[in-house]
Amino acid sequence: MSFEVMLEQLSSGMLKSMMIFFLTLIFSLPLGMVMCFGRMSKNKIISGITGFIISILRGTPLMLQLMVVYFFPYYLFGWSIGGWRFPAIIVGFSINYAAYFAEIYRSGIEAIPKGQHEAAHILLYSKPQEFFKITLPQVIKIILPAMTNEIITLVKDTSLAFSISYIELFNLAQQIAAANTTMIPFVVAAIFYYVFNLIVSVVMRGFEKKLSYYD
Amino acid sequence: MEYLSMKNIKKSFGDLEVLKDISLHVNEGEVVSIIGPSGSGKSTLLRIATMLETLDYGEIHYLGEAAVEIVDGFSVYAKAKKLREIKNNFGLVFQNFNLFPHYSVLKNITDAPINVQKRNKKEVMAEAMELLEKMGLSDKADYYPSQLSGGQQQRVAIARALALNPKVLFFDEPTSALDPELTSEVLKVIKSLAEQHMTMVIVTHEMNFARNISDKVIFMDKGVIVVEGSPEEVFNSSNERMKEFLGKLQN
Repeated sequence: MSFEVMLEQLSSGMLKSMMIFFLTLIFSLPLGMVMCFGRMSKNKIISGITGFIISILRGTPLMLQLMVVYFFPYYLFGWSIGGWRFPAIIVGFSINYAAYFAEIYRSGIEAIPKGQHEAAHILLYSKPQEFFKITLPQVIKIILPAMTNEIITLVKDTSLAFSISYIELFNLAQQIAAANTTMIPFVVAAIFYYVFNLIVSVVMRGFEKKLSYYD
Repeated sequence: MEYLSMKNIKKSFGDLEVLKDISLHVNEGEVVSIIGPSGSGKSTLLRIATMLETLDYGEIHYLGEAAVEIVDGFSVYAKAKKLREIKNNFGLVFQNFNLFPHYSVLKNITDAPINVQKRNKKEVMAEAMELLEKMGLSDKADYYPSQLSGGQQQRVAIARALALNPKVLFFDEPTSALDPELTSEVLKVIKSLAEQHMTMVIVTHEMNFARNISDKVIFMDKGVIVVEGSPEEVFNSSNERMKEFLGKLQN
C-alpha cells in the first residue's frame, strides 16, 4: 500500500473520530448542565439519584459503558442492532462525558462567592437572570482549564469506539498495520491525534484569553 | 413617615440566640447607626431587615406595608410578589462590596435598573454617570472592579445601590475591609448622603463617624439593644457595658 493511499484512508478515519468528538461535545455539554442541576438539587431524592448515576458513569470504564449501550436493545428487547452502532457510540460518549462535565460545572458554581448571590438577590435579579447574567459567566471562566483537560481526553477517548467495532482512526490504523506489517499507520495516527489536540488547546487558550479581561 | 419598623425580632442559629426581642424604627430622612462588639447581632439584624436571612419571630414593615406579620402567634412573610415589591424599597451596601467582577463599573450600576426595573436605558445611563460623578469616579466608568482600590469599589457599590432609587439604604460595615485612608473617602460619600437626607441604617465600627452623622445611635450587645438614643445620649451614657466598650476603643 502506498503512503498516499494509507494517508487518505487514515484521514477518513480521522474524520470519523472528529465526528464522534464534535457530536459528543454538542450533546454532553448541555446534558452535563442538566446532571449538574440534578446533583445540586435541594430535593434529596433527585440529588441522590443523580449522584448515584454520576458515580456509576465515572466509576466504570467507558469501553464497558459503550458495550452496554450498544448491546442492551438486543438483550433487553431482542431488537436488531444493525444501524445502532454509531448512535450507540454518540449516546455512550455523551452520557459518560456529561457526568464529568456535571462535576466540573458543580465545582465552578460552588466556587462563586456567596456575596455574588446576595448582591444579585438584593438587586432583585430573578433566578434565571441571576444564573445567566451573574453566575454562569463567572463559572465559565473558572472551569475553562478543567474543561480543556477533559476535552483533550475526549479526543483520545474517541479511539475507544473500536471496542464495538466502529472503524475510526485508531481501528483503521490497527487494520492497516496488521495487513501491511508496518508500524507507520500508528505513527501517522499519533500525529493526527496530537495535532488535533494542539488545535483544541490553542482554541481553549483563546477562550481563556478572551475571558481574562477581568480578574 | 415611618420607613422601616422592626418589632420584637428574634433569631437563633441552632442553640445560639443571636437576637432577643429587638425592635428598630427608622423614620424618613433619618440616619441610624448600629454599633457594638462583634457577635452582638448587628449584622444579623441588618440581614434580617434586608431579607437575606429569615427571622424566627417578629414583624417587619416598610412604609407601612407588612413584609412579615404575626398571624396566630407565628411570623409569616408576605407573598412572593408582594415581598418583591417591598424589597424595591431598600438597598444594601456590603462589607466586601460584592461588585460583579465580570461587569464594568458602569454596567454594575446600570444592569439592574435596565434589566430588573426595566427602565429606559438612556435615562439610566445618564443617571449612572451623574452618580459616578458624585462618587468622584467619572473617569472609571469603563474600568473593571479588580482595577479599582477598595475605596473606589465601595463607592461604586454605593452608586449601584443608589441607582435603584431605594427609600432606605443599609450599610453593613461598609469600611471594615478598608484601610484608614480609603475609609475616609467612603465615609465622606455616606456623609454627603446624610446631608441630602437619605434614610440610612449603618452598622459600623467607626465611632466618631456614627457620632457625627447619626440622628439615632443603637448600641447592641449579646443580641439585645443596651442603649439607644441621640448620639450624645448614647456616647455619654452611664451604662457600664457601653462605657466599657467605648473605653476599650479609646485604648
